[in-house]
Amino acid sequence: MIEAKELRRSFGPIVAVDGISFEVKKGQVLGLLGPNGAGKTTAMRMLACFLTPDSGTATVCGYDILQNPVEVRRSLGYLAENSPAYSEMTVGGFLNFVCDARQIKGKDRKQALDRVVPMCSIESVYHQTIETLSKGYMRRVGLAQALIHDPQVLILDEPTDGLDPNQKHEVRRLINKMSKDKCIIVSTHILEEVEAVCSRTIIISRGRILDDSTPQQLKEKYNCSLDEVFRKITRSGKQ
Amino acid sequence: MNGFFAVFKRELKSYFTTPLAYVFLVIFLFFSGYLTFKEGFFEMRQADMRAFFMNLPLLFIFMVPSTAMRLWAEERKAGSIELLFTLPITVMQAVLGKFFAAWLFLAIALALTFPMAITVCYLGDPDVGLIITGYIGSLLMAGGFLAIGCFFSAVSKNQVISFVLSVVACAILVFAGMPTTLSYLSTFLPAGLVSAIESMSFQIHFESIQKGVLEFKDISYFVLLIIGWIVAGTIVLDQTKAG
Repeated sequence: MIEAKELRRSFGPIVAVDGISFEVKKGQVLGLLGPNGAGKTTAMRMLACFLTPDSGTATVCGYDILQNPVEVRRSLGYLAENSPAYSEMTVGGFLNFVCDARQIKGKDRKQALDRVVPMCSIESVYHQTIETLSKGYMRRVGLAQALIHDPQVLILDEPTDGLDPNQKHEVRRLINKMSKDKCIIVSTHILEEVEAVCSRTIIISRGRILDDSTPQQLKEKYNCSLDEVFRKITRSGKQ
Repeated sequence: MNGFFAVFKRELKSYFTTPLAYVFLVIFLFFSGYLTFKEGFFEMRQADMRAFFMNLPLLFIFMVPSTAMRLWAEERKAGSIELLFTLPITVMQAVLGKFFAAWLFLAIALALTFPMAITVCYLGDPDVGLIITGYIGSLLMAGGFLAIGCFFSAVSKNQVISFVLSVVACAILVFAGMPTTLSYLSTFLPAGLVSAIESMSFQIHFESIQKGVLEFKDISYFVLLIIGWIVAGTIVLDQTKAG
């Protein structure tokens, strides 16, 4: 459902993503792993059509990110790194705005809200303004926004960042629950998360793919914990 | 067009959920009234709104950029632009949505100066047509200033920078047409160039509408100006949104 072909993007002299290609199928949860500044966020932003690649392209649900960006955005849910939202709005007002933009109206809107609000456990803050929310709640509002149209493809940039252990567990459970009939990309540098939710991992460093396999295979191949595997691969990539 | 309406609705609401709208309206209404009476509204002994409209360009130079500066600069600084442009909304729809919401807000501010019109009608027998064209001219001018402000808001992430740049740009366009500027320029520039500068400034077109004549050249000036700056703003935003 997602197919990236030689995606490349640089910012001035810095090459953030250096020609990465991969494919993710329905039912897969792909973990994008890498140290800070590896190019995870840039790669995800290109897939979500927020950034245009310098070269290469990708398709999401059969739509090309360059030729049909609006259709791509329509079919995917995207949670950005710091779950940006409009701070002066209430949670309810914000979700209604997202429904407006996604053309979810009338009965469908009520159903969508009734589905995502309990799913992300944000009932208690529904009438609160977003600027008064804690980081964990902000993240969950961001997640609700990404799930509101029940997308086929989900791109989540560090979805559990800033959450407490209980909330982390909840989000992982949610991802696992959805994984069967969706195609999900999760970026993270928390390795326990990879083991908990991902069926496949891609390790990137300095904009290049260093390894593409499953968490299980990685551990078997290197015969050590994921933590050590990560250090070994990304360090050797730097040299 | 749904993207347009979503942005338009959100933006217009956001004016009134923050103190911004109220602060702006109070200050705008106070100064528009104050300047009118200070400039000899009673001394003129004429029941018209000339004294009111005459001062609007000067007031707009500061007030319109202050509404426009946040449009994109705030969105980029807060990172919410990443949310906005990962929703199925095109850059053009978003730019137009924000522009028209801000324009409608300015139209509300202008409409709230109605006591001025009532005062004039009470005091004498004014030419209503003149008052209406005066308001149309003011609204077009507000749109022109707003399009410029919108552009500079897309240029910089910093609201202060975008405010200062758009104040300067608007001031140049207003003051280029002032008689004092033109007479100074005519001392060393050829007459053709001076009249070109004059016809590019806000002042001459605004004044011509104030006289009660809605001419094609004046309206097309404002419309072209608005379209031009909005298109430029869209192109700039497309480049800078992720930066």
